[in-house]
Amino acid sequence: MNFLQTVKIALRALRTNKMRSFLTMLGIIIGIAAVIAMMAVGTGASYVISQQIASIGSNIILVMPGSTTSGGLRTGTGGAQTLSSDDAKAIMADCPSVAYAAGTVRTAGQIINGNLNWSSVIMGGSPELFDIREWPVVNGRPINQQDEDGAIKVCLLGQTVAENLFGSADPVGSIIRIKKIPFTVIGILDRKGQSPQGQDQDDAVFVPLRTAQRNLVRSQRSGIVSAIIVKAKSEESINKAEDEIKALLNQRHRITNSKEPDFSTRNLSEILAVAEQSSKAMSMLLGAVASISLIVGGIGIMNIMLVSVTERTREIGIRMAIGAKKNDILLQFMTEAVMLTMLGGLIGIALGAGGATVVSKLLGWPTMISIQSITIAFFFSAAVGIFFGFYPAKKAAGLNPIDALRYE
Amino acid sequence: MSVVISLTDIRRVFTMGDQQFEALKGVSFDVSSGEFVAIMGASGSGKSTSMNILGCLDLPTSGRYLLDGIDVGGMTTNQLADIRNKKLGFVFQGFNLLARTPAVENVELPLVYAGLASKDRRKKAMMAMEQVGLSGKENNHSGQLSGGQQQRVAIARALVNDPAVILADEPTGNLDSTTTEEIMGLFTSLNRQGITIIMVTHEHDVAAYAGRQITFKDGRIISDTQTIHTGKTA
Repeated sequence: MNFLQTVKIALRALRTNKMRSFLTMLGIIIGIAAVIAMMAVGTGASYVISQQIASIGSNIILVMPGSTTSGGLRTGTGGAQTLSSDDAKAIMADCPSVAYAAGTVRTAGQIINGNLNWSSVIMGGSPELFDIREWPVVNGRPINQQDEDGAIKVCLLGQTVAENLFGSADPVGSIIRIKKIPFTVIGILDRKGQSPQGQDQDDAVFVPLRTAQRNLVRSQRSGIVSAIIVKAKSEESINKAEDEIKALLNQRHRITNSKEPDFSTRNLSEILAVAEQSSKAMSMLLGAVASISLIVGGIGIMNIMLVSVTERTREIGIRMAIGAKKNDILLQFMTEAVMLTMLGGLIGIALGAGGATVVSKLLGWPTMISIQSITIAFFFSAAVGIFFGFYPAKKAAGLNPIDALRYE
Repeated sequence: MSVVISLTDIRRVFTMGDQQFEALKGVSFDVSSGEFVAIMGASGSGKSTSMNILGCLDLPTSGRYLLDGIDVGGMTTNQLADIRNKKLGFVFQGFNLLARTPAVENVELPLVYAGLASKDRRKKAMMAMEQVGLSGKENNHSGQLSGGQQQRVAIARALVNDPAVILADEPTGNLDSTTTEEIMGLFTSLNRQGITIIMVTHEHDVAAYAGRQITFKDGRIISDTQTIHTGKTA
């Protein structure tokens, strides 16, 4: 007895009871549709998170100044002016696990081009910043070491700023005024999109660090930076890099055990990993709920298959009398159960994919239907058929042909 | 003529709880190739038990059963299924066709389990349909056929694998007298073509079609008569 013949017999049996077959499948259809939809939403969410991780740049450690007390008032983290450009240079030079380190300063202000103006974030950063954030220039040229060393008044525009100040015109080479000081636009940065915190990262202007320190921010001493962004050499060395930075800065700032450090480090990928983990946990939970509905559906299949075996006892008797072996009968009923669940699985996949698309259209949730989730759902539905079809099929195959033939 | 079926001292004991019931108490007979045998007897006489044993659906408690020279005793259920498939053809009282299945596919069924390719199956099934006079009804479902026609389909199904013996269990039990004549005529003509038939019946006029009548009573054969002429002519 070949496989095709078995499938044909199974399909005929399912066709004779269309309504029953459909109702039996419904449990599997709902279960699989739920699994597919949940996985689509979950994958979509973690895709967005991983995109955001990539937009910050990978393996990033943020070094922030500590707090300061003046007249009994304590500022929050980052309030003190304890980090300097030299700290950034020292981190890059002396910490073996660090690939790049860039000092940055940050301010906000009005930017003017002719009769258009726009308020935006102004970041001063050494040239390494763009390597760390993996942020290329799409038009024009990046900030280079000469710009930095000479504190030249040049700037790079984020896409949002460029659109608001220049519209569709090419800004490269134009002179704009940042806080009333004229700067030459040397390039436009690639589009970055939203940060994990939901900020528009393209709404920013970048100038060389020294230019910013001299012209745009006020500080007690020269060479003060508001943060140092560090990129570790690899994902594995990120914790080691953090330790090295702490040790180096403790030494440079003469911090001993009795003294509070005047800086703090934050590992950005860690924060995002937590976010990703919680989204994973969420989809696991939803997956568990969907699995329960699949099990319930499977029990429905088993129930109907048992009814079907009883109903068709005579047919089983005939088949055995004319030469069907136990395995032929077992296979026949197993195939029927598996066809039911696989068909239900296919319909469920279609419904789940459709549902996910509707959800993403209506609610604006990012959804992604992966081939992997479809494959898993399909084989899982087949497995449900095998698992819940086995007992009824075994019962059918175990019938005595004489009794089966006499069954009324 | 060669012996197709040889039963030697067949006993069949059924155990129910601590009760034992001997359905067959030492039955021996031979059937030669080309014979048409009617097995008769009241209910409880052991004729159905012996039919189940002849049909390899049941195994005797003791005794020897040679089918076409093969000792059936001690075979596994799979081996018995194989023997049923290759050596035997079954015709039942209730026709036992698969519902909602075209006639020709019912006829093909034994060949499906024999593992024949679909083309060869169809060819042999069509030939068997022709043999029972049902050409043109291949695609009718059992619901679209009369009782006599359904039994013809069943006979075609029994014929299709060229069995050593056709076993018919009350083949006319569900048929009216005209159709009974028609079916018995078909059996007679198949027998004339050299096909061995063993038929269980409790009707004497049906048994009269056979060339030999074996009568059972209380698990034993009480008479085994041969008629030279093979009964009535159709």
